[in-house]
Amino acid sequence: MSDVSQPAAHPPVTDWLHDFDHTDPRWTDDPFPIWDQMRAASPVVHTERFLGCYLPTTYEAVRQIANDTESFSSRRIIVRDERPEVAKNAAPPITSDPPDHKPAKQLLLPPFTPDAMKKLEPRVRAICNELIDEFITEGKVDAAARYTKHVPVRAIAHMLGIPESDGDLFIKWIHMILELSIKNEMMLKQAAEEMTNYFAGHVEARKTKPGDDLISYLLNARDKNGQPLEDSHIYGSLRLLLIAGIDTTWSAIGSSLWHLARTPADRERLIAEPELMPIAVEELLRAYSPVTMAREVVKETTISGCPVKPGNMVLLSFPAANRDPRMFPDADKVVLDRRENRHAAFGLGIHRCVGSNLARMEMQVAIEEWLKRIPDFRLDPAGTVTWSQGTVRGPRQLPFLLGKAM
Amino acid sequence: MAERLKVHVDPDKCQGHARCKALAPELFELDEYGNAHEVGDGTVPAGLEDKAWLAKSNCPEIAIEVTEE
Repeated sequence: MSDVSQPAAHPPVTDWLHDFDHTDPRWTDDPFPIWDQMRAASPVVHTERFLGCYLPTTYEAVRQIANDTESFSSRRIIVRDERPEVAKNAAPPITSDPPDHKPAKQLLLPPFTPDAMKKLEPRVRAICNELIDEFITEGKVDAAARYTKHVPVRAIAHMLGIPESDGDLFIKWIHMILELSIKNEMMLKQAAEEMTNYFAGHVEARKTKPGDDLISYLLNARDKNGQPLEDSHIYGSLRLLLIAGIDTTWSAIGSSLWHLARTPADRERLIAEPELMPIAVEELLRAYSPVTMAREVVKETTISGCPVKPGNMVLLSFPAANRDPRMFPDADKVVLDRRENRHAAFGLGIHRCVGSNLARMEMQVAIEEWLKRIPDFRLDPAGTVTWSQGTVRGPRQLPFLLGKAM
Repeated sequence: MAERLKVHVDPDKCQGHARCKALAPELFELDEYGNAHEVGDGTVPAGLEDKAWLAKSNCPEIAIEVTEE
């Protein structure tokens, strides 16, 4: 039996500059003023929680850390209460450092190019409309539970060649790995084992009957010596594709719809100027970046004048970097046609998200199809919006009323 | 007479965000890994100057150079 209840609470934060905690409910609900306060104080802040952790608050500090793979290792990429032992091939390439990183990354890149995503787009458009059909006549909907979650679940299941109907299982594992494991490392082990067992059947089936899917692609892949990948590498990459491909995009689509529900002017503009959508998606990614990665300090160095010491983790806050007013004028405003936007929502440096082209396509299609069918919607005042905790931030309950307000 | 522009992608900096290809498909193309390079010798045809500057100012890795000849 797996326990997927909420993790135990940490003591509340009273000093964000010296004792921050990204699992604090105030951070989860509204992190933006906290980041502004931290950034005004220092480009790097530190907490003794999580066995010691830094947080760069500026775009420049985040870029410097992302590009310094000698001082900052990716062997641990989630900040937790404990430091579980590092597993070999945990989830390559996201958990790989140079020189192992590049070959593992290059292996995964070809199936995720923009051209590859164009071929997938009609399926995603159909998924969006199938989902909308299920609730559009009801007048209200929890869009996180019935729309934004299922778009990436079904899209990545389609790419991997596994049943789209197993989505609830994937969501459970993601919750265990990205949220519950912060305070209970057993969750990580349990979820990884369950995922490997799940994939084992599909991998065996592909060995006798390959298909046009990512599992078959990984089985056919060869390393730089012309050898098939080790099983642990294949399972690690499959776990990564499943985990990284779902709640990240779920969050990004959800935050975008949350913004549009509260901002009729932006909604109307996107309907009137559909050609603006690709640039608007970038701005929504900047303003509501879902993913905060982590690094482990492995070499003493200095970031924006602040000394950082091995033994500490780093919360690599791309979302906070994307709200840095020195990089983005009016950083706290959503400017749908922002002209200059070097946002870091998909990371910076060698670990740029492998699935960024997939995420962009899913976001654009999910918002487009929603606005075509549901041009008017707003937050349901009788409901509550809730946000996920920790590594990936996005709405997990998103109650909307559909149609024009009376 | 207006100056002619040239674009160039630094292959050591490019990480395949593909923003340039999305914003200026006439000026950039992607390899099988999704990493970008300039089309031809990077000369920007007349009328596409704005797209060249736009691509440069949206590259997260600061990998794109625009030079005036």
